[in-house]
Amino acid sequence: MTGAVTTGAAPAGEKRDRPLVRIRGLRKSFGGHLVLDGIDLDVREGEVTVLLGPSGSGKSTLLRCVNHLERPDAGFVELGGEIVGYRPGRGRLHELRARSLTRQRAQVGMVFQQFNLFPHLTVLENITEAPVAVRGVPRKEAAARARTLLERVGLAGRENSYPRQMSGGQQQRVAIARALAMEPRLLLFDEPTSALDPELVGDVLAVMRDLAVSGMTMIVVTHEIGFAREVADTVAFLDGGRIIESGTPADVLADPRHPRARAFLSAVL
Amino acid sequence: MEPHRTFPRARAVPDHPPHTADALVKAPGPRGPSDPPPSADEPRIPRPLDVRPTDRELLSARLVPLRRPGQWASALVLLVLFAMLVHTLLTNKRFEWGTVGDYFLRGSILHGLELTLWLTGAVMASGYLLGIGIAAMRLSRNPVLRALSFGYVWLLRSVPPLVQLLFWYELASLYPRISLGIPFGHEFVTVKTAHLFSGILAAYVGLTLDVAAFSSEIVRGGILSVDPGQAEAAQALGLGNGRIFRRIVLPQAMPAIIPASGNLLIGMLKATSIVSVIAVQDLLYSAQLIYNQNFLIMPLLLVATVWYVILTTLLSVGQFYVERYYARGSGRGGGRDGGRSAGASGRRLWQIARGNIPLFGRTRTDLAGLS
Ligand SMILES: Nc1ncnc2c1ncn2[C@@H]1O[C@H](COP(=O)(O)OP(=O)(O)OP(=O)(O)O)[C@@H](O)[C@H]1O
Ligand SMILES: [Mg+2]
Repeated sequence: MTGAVTTGAAPAGEKRDRPLVRIRGLRKSFGGHLVLDGIDLDVREGEVTVLLGPSGSGKSTLLRCVNHLERPDAGFVELGGEIVGYRPGRGRLHELRARSLTRQRAQVGMVFQQFNLFPHLTVLENITEAPVAVRGVPRKEAAARARTLLERVGLAGRENSYPRQMSGGQQQRVAIARALAMEPRLLLFDEPTSALDPELVGDVLAVMRDLAVSGMTMIVVTHEIGFAREVADTVAFLDGGRIIESGTPADVLADPRHPRARAFLSAVL
Repeated sequence: MEPHRTFPRARAVPDHPPHTADALVKAPGPRGPSDPPPSADEPRIPRPLDVRPTDRELLSARLVPLRRPGQWASALVLLVLFAMLVHTLLTNKRFEWGTVGDYFLRGSILHGLELTLWLTGAVMASGYLLGIGIAAMRLSRNPVLRALSFGYVWLLRSVPPLVQLLFWYELASLYPRISLGIPFGHEFVTVKTAHLFSGILAAYVGLTLDVAAFSSEIVRGGILSVDPGQAEAAQALGLGNGRIFRRIVLPQAMPAIIPASGNLLIGMLKATSIVSVIAVQDLLYSAQLIYNQNFLIMPLLLVATVWYVILTTLLSVGQFYVERYYARGSGRGGGRDGGRSAGASGRRLWQIARGNIPLFGRTRTDLAGLS
């Protein structure tokens, strides 16, 4: 990556040096079962990080810690210079009140494997719900913006459908539009294409590729190695709650050093 | 050939008539004379091929659904029984329908009706408000709140409503004074209970507490039926807890909550009649007061009953519409309009009904059109 070599000269490089997301020493266990065992990870503004790893290695848990859906046991996640879910003070981290937590979460969009669209709301209502309720955007403005977003994910004109009237791929693209409506600084994807029929995967990946090109910062858990190779800036490999290997896709995917990573990749490819 | 493969064939031989071997040779198929004969589980009589209808005939054939004579017979028996019921209701002079008509719109009956209506409404409204709170406590992470909620439901569901009613009515005899203060310590406020609870207030409080216990379980069940991913997605969007409950979880819990709540509401409509024991004049008690004087027991009970039937009917119709409203987006309640237009749902009902009536045989027009 030639860009990284020449950053020292530009003053803009200073800002780029501080990652948008800094994860340090993150640990989490569920009832004695250690799921995250000291995770360190940086994600820079505008970068795409792909998390790979076998089932149960803690990928979802790691993502959920990033927007405090899960409360870590130790370590911290920093987003744009703020600790996620806590307020530091006098050598302690105080858990945030609901209101501050809500404000933080609004900066992070999340897309789930099972879409989790609200089935009783139309597509338009799904997308406008959070901007109207959380950001206080006027309904009309939110609706206009929702239509633009629907167009962007290739679903112009479907605003009055209910989620169950759409295919899985369409639902997932609505879910992406819903996350984008909050204008997040960071998007989290937890296996966004795993619940889709193979011929629907391409549409969703295409939307994600466009987002990456437009400069969105994303952390993506996926088993789509092709997507990782093409779009990711960093690939991190999780196993047993640790990042056992990370680097550019060229390094990690083509020539993994760790035997577990090697075994996983040969199974997936 | 291995011996165990010849065994079933050997056993099958006595089943065949003596001329079977000839028939087999004549049977159509690629089987050559050197091939082994078919085993016992193949069809013994070759199917006459020329009887088979052609594809064209099959495509234009009329579908004849399975006849269900049992269903028709039982329906007929029930209809006859129903007709007998209507007949005896109308012809037995001792029901005195004329008298029923005379009293149906009497002032005291209408007053009783009014009281029944608003008592039911008030009890259900405040009972459900309380019930939602108790359900929320039961689902909270705080173990003290969970235990309190559990204890409340356990106690209130155990005490018969009549006992509760009398308890509140007779509160003065149990607690002549009620005071607010620190347990075993200083008292701030003291109230004499002698005239605190009129009959109607005792009824309202007692029944509300009863409804709260039952409704909290209904609401809790409804909330548990909603996929936790829904609340999670809403949290990830930054929605606050109150908003998530009102806008995301509760509407999706409604389809599970409404049928049981309809039951509770209709049950409560009639259960309010226990207030007669503390001399509150509801619909039934007003009727009783009249027949205690003129001994027209059956006609006056019928007056009250017919009113209850009317109210229950209205509530059931209301429940149908509420259910349809909350079924929007579920793909059950209707098509793209969410089943909100009455005409569309009426047509759908008719379609479903027609599809289930065996009298209408359907031609396979769709397939016939292809040939
Ligand atoms: N809420 C929870 N309670 C108890 N155990 C949990 C919980 N969430 C996750 N786990 C456990 O933590 C481990 C890691 O789970 P996680 O969902 O993070 O794995 P994953 O890498 O996302 O796997 P997959 O590829 O199957 O999604 C698993 O063993 C799981 O059983
Ligand atoms: Mg997972």
